[in-house]
Amino acid sequence: MYIIIALVALVFVVLVGVVIARLQNVVKGINKTDSNEVRTPGNKVNGAMFIVILVFGAISITWSYLHAREFFLPEASSIHGRRTDDLFWFSMGILTIPFILVNFLIFFFAWKYQHKKNHRATFYPENHRLELIWTIVPAVVMALLVFTGWKAWSDITSDAPRDAEVIEITGKQFNWIARYSGVSDNKLGNYNFKLIDAQNEVGIDLSDENSFDDFTNPSEMHIPVNRPVLLKIRARDVLHSVFIPHMRVKMDAVPGMPTKFWFVADKTTADMRAETGNSKFDYEIACTEVCGQGHFSMKMRLVVEDEASYKKWCAEQSTFLQTYPEYLAKVPENLKAKAMKYVPAEAAAPADSTSGGGVGTSTSLR
Amino acid sequence: MSAIEGLETAQHHADEHEHHHEAQNFWQKYIFCEDHKVIAKQYLITGILWAVIGITMSVIFRIQLGLPDSNLSWLKPVLGGWISDAGKLDPNFYLALVTMHGTIMVFFVLTAGLSGTFSNFLIPLQIGARDMASGFMNMLSYWFFFLASVIMFASLFLQSGPAAGGWVIYPPLSALPQAHPGSGMGMTLWLASMAFFIVSQLLGGINYITTVINLRTRGMSFDKLPLTIWSFLITAVLGLISFPVLLSSVLLLIFDRHFGTSFYLSDIYINGEALPNVGGSPILFQHLFWFLGHPEVYIVLLPGLGITSEVIATNARKPIFGYRAMIASMLGIAFLAFIVWAHHMFVTGMNPFLGSVFMFLTLIIAVPSAVKGFNYITTLWKGNIVFTPGMLFSIGLVSLFVSGGLTGIILGNSALDIQLHDTYFVVAHFHLVMGAASAFGLFAGVYHWFPKMFGRMMNTTLGQIHFWLTFIGIYMVFIPMHYVGIAGFPRRYYQFTSYDFTHKYMDMNMFISIAAILSFLAQFIFLWNFFYSIFKGKRSPQNPWRSNTLEWTAPVVPGHGNWEGEIPAVYRWSYDYSKPGAKEDFIPQNIPYSQTLESNFPHENELIAQEKAIESQNFNDQFKASH
Repeated sequence: MYIIIALVALVFVVLVGVVIARLQNVVKGINKTDSNEVRTPGNKVNGAMFIVILVFGAISITWSYLHAREFFLPEASSIHGRRTDDLFWFSMGILTIPFILVNFLIFFFAWKYQHKKNHRATFYPENHRLELIWTIVPAVVMALLVFTGWKAWSDITSDAPRDAEVIEITGKQFNWIARYSGVSDNKLGNYNFKLIDAQNEVGIDLSDENSFDDFTNPSEMHIPVNRPVLLKIRARDVLHSVFIPHMRVKMDAVPGMPTKFWFVADKTTADMRAETGNSKFDYEIACTEVCGQGHFSMKMRLVVEDEASYKKWCAEQSTFLQTYPEYLAKVPENLKAKAMKYVPAEAAAPADSTSGGGVGTSTSLR
Repeated sequence: MSAIEGLETAQHHADEHEHHHEAQNFWQKYIFCEDHKVIAKQYLITGILWAVIGITMSVIFRIQLGLPDSNLSWLKPVLGGWISDAGKLDPNFYLALVTMHGTIMVFFVLTAGLSGTFSNFLIPLQIGARDMASGFMNMLSYWFFFLASVIMFASLFLQSGPAAGGWVIYPPLSALPQAHPGSGMGMTLWLASMAFFIVSQLLGGINYITTVINLRTRGMSFDKLPLTIWSFLITAVLGLISFPVLLSSVLLLIFDRHFGTSFYLSDIYINGEALPNVGGSPILFQHLFWFLGHPEVYIVLLPGLGITSEVIATNARKPIFGYRAMIASMLGIAFLAFIVWAHHMFVTGMNPFLGSVFMFLTLIIAVPSAVKGFNYITTLWKGNIVFTPGMLFSIGLVSLFVSGGLTGIILGNSALDIQLHDTYFVVAHFHLVMGAASAFGLFAGVYHWFPKMFGRMMNTTLGQIHFWLTFIGIYMVFIPMHYVGIAGFPRRYYQFTSYDFTHKYMDMNMFISIAAILSFLAQFIFLWNFFYSIFKGKRSPQNPWRSNTLEWTAPVVPGHGNWEGEIPAVYRWSYDYSKPGAKEDFIPQNIPYSQTLESNFPHENELIAQEKAIESQNFNDQFKASH
């Protein structure tokens, strides 16, 4: 790489030298008498340049493509991801044809039809048949691309299957928070942005009994392999965008307007570690909508694992109420008994409530 | 009725000017001038200054991205506190740089600098008018732009930095000062500046449209207009329809920021506090913004395409191929430009069905664009091409336009956009197709019409060297940038070390940055050539490129009113190059068919009878009517 940069720099230095040499001619030329004839010098050189650049460009684009290819579209790990990848390369393949054709013609014609003395251009103002051809051919190709794209798009954005695992992901400055529906009821509880505070980061509404077994995680998200996962996406403060590069998942997180995206991951983290030969490989969730100073580092780890490990992991997580038992105060009287099930017995005692910061609230439980 | 009154006022106005021509002082002549040529130069020089600032910013953040370990302490004298003691760029200021680069280049350079310069300069000269329909409004247009520039420039010096939420300024980030330092005073000034900028564009646009419709010279029917004028007219119409929508979105954002409304804000908890706003929608802003934002792409690009059409035909010594198809494709592109805006929003949570509709409409744009591309190529075919710098930049434009446009077909496909949205693939795509292509249009125009503007020639060899370095540089920057995008690198990232999936391509990013710096340095050749030639360039003959359009029939340095004596009448289209049988390889528009019997086609001989009628009109000469 450094050699190439050095070469480019060298070419540049040489050209600058040429420029300076030419400048002296310019300065000399200023005092020449004015004539009515403007002659444009360098016809041959510029014509030749078009061919040089054509050849040089073709070689460098081919070489750089082969060189860069290893990181293109990181290994897709979702079913729809492989479909869009195929579509991408199919479209790119088709588009490469006009790219090469058009650029070749531009450069070749520029060289071939450069100015010759006592030569006259061909007066050729129109040809309807020709124009019709290059209106219809692109239109047909576009129709093909639109159709394949539209099919993929409507499948990807269709409603999630009923058995999809529902996980909520909330963006805030500057991290993601995952919320799970819990192991008992499998339903996400309500939320309200007005209930957000330092502990209750996503505004879980504890007056809804579905939220009693919900648990959150601010650093990693686990999902089961080979099962549809429906992400319910929210934002707390400004726009964010959930981006999981290996899953080909991207969807904005919008304050006040929940969004969603469902997909099926079919390679576990362990599979990918084996496949890429990188024992430290991890799926990552990033942010792709500018959200402020920490935008470039809103990282969350994504773990894809088999159903058993996933269930086990979920069961090991302590629910929100377990972590912050003082929030029992927010549970309405008639549901208290139900909520107590999710709170460890010793945590309910005031002397032991050391886990949270809200000591004041835990005394009010009595 | 009112149109005629307006015309009479204009005539009266013009007369006054002629009578007091000698009495004009410095201020009237160069500062608050109502002459379209001076206003064009004001736009051009301001645009060039902004371009220097805007491109310099891109070099600074390219150093940050490509050479992240470099010590930037040497920038401390300029950037002060934005460079840390360790010589690192502040992450907030990085976002500010990205934002201001986008704003400056899109609006101040490629909208004002390109349209403002060439619409003003060429419309009266190419349609055969004494000046714009309203010189006063034209002057106001520039000075509103100047005011917008001063406000935007001032925002660069704020303690909290200029606006920094991306050039698209999506709320809530841009609406909440507590979300980001750049959303404070910097954003207030950005919004104020843009409001004045929009006023400036509207004043200019109304003038361009009125002038083209009302002030064409005798015989200059719409089917004889050069394609430059067609492109300026269509551009002005686009701006007139879409800029007010941006103004409304800006005003609503100002209300949200300062008067407690909730147009774009809802359910927000920030800095330990839940805000009272409910019911607003950030997506509403995106719809309003992109309703301008997408036509804006064509506002930037169409003048470049118009200039290219003219320059390619002149220097290939051939008529432009498919004149009517060129107009039709521009009209088609302009119409479609209004109904594709939501392809910027496929993954914002918009209804997926809408996404399908907008994907379909977006991909249709490829058809008129393809027609344009192929027509340019056929114009080159069997030409007799003179490589003036203007011509080189026009050929370069066609290459960039096609190469960059093709990847748009990928991005317009909503299924593929999921992965590529907001990655460097998008950045590479629009920089090629709208950034670099339009900038090439600007360069082509400057090189081609410099003799008419300043009566002197720019140095050709330097122009050619400038072209090759820029052309190669642009491709060296943006081809590898596509690779980075395909690998999934998100845009507007301060650094790429936070993630494993972006922790690669160090060499590629370094290559892009170095190529960008080299291309930047190449622009100084242009700057030197431009400013040196204004004062010391070789004196230009009247028609240096042997071109057909009317501006070359005016004196070398046209005075007030453009033509001494009568405005020439027009008898033919502007593309009679290399006509079989003709003595020269060009026949200017003001040569009647009766004088070119040797080269007339049969149907043109029939037009000779109409020449008397054309000559006897004098309706549009503001000077002549009152004498």
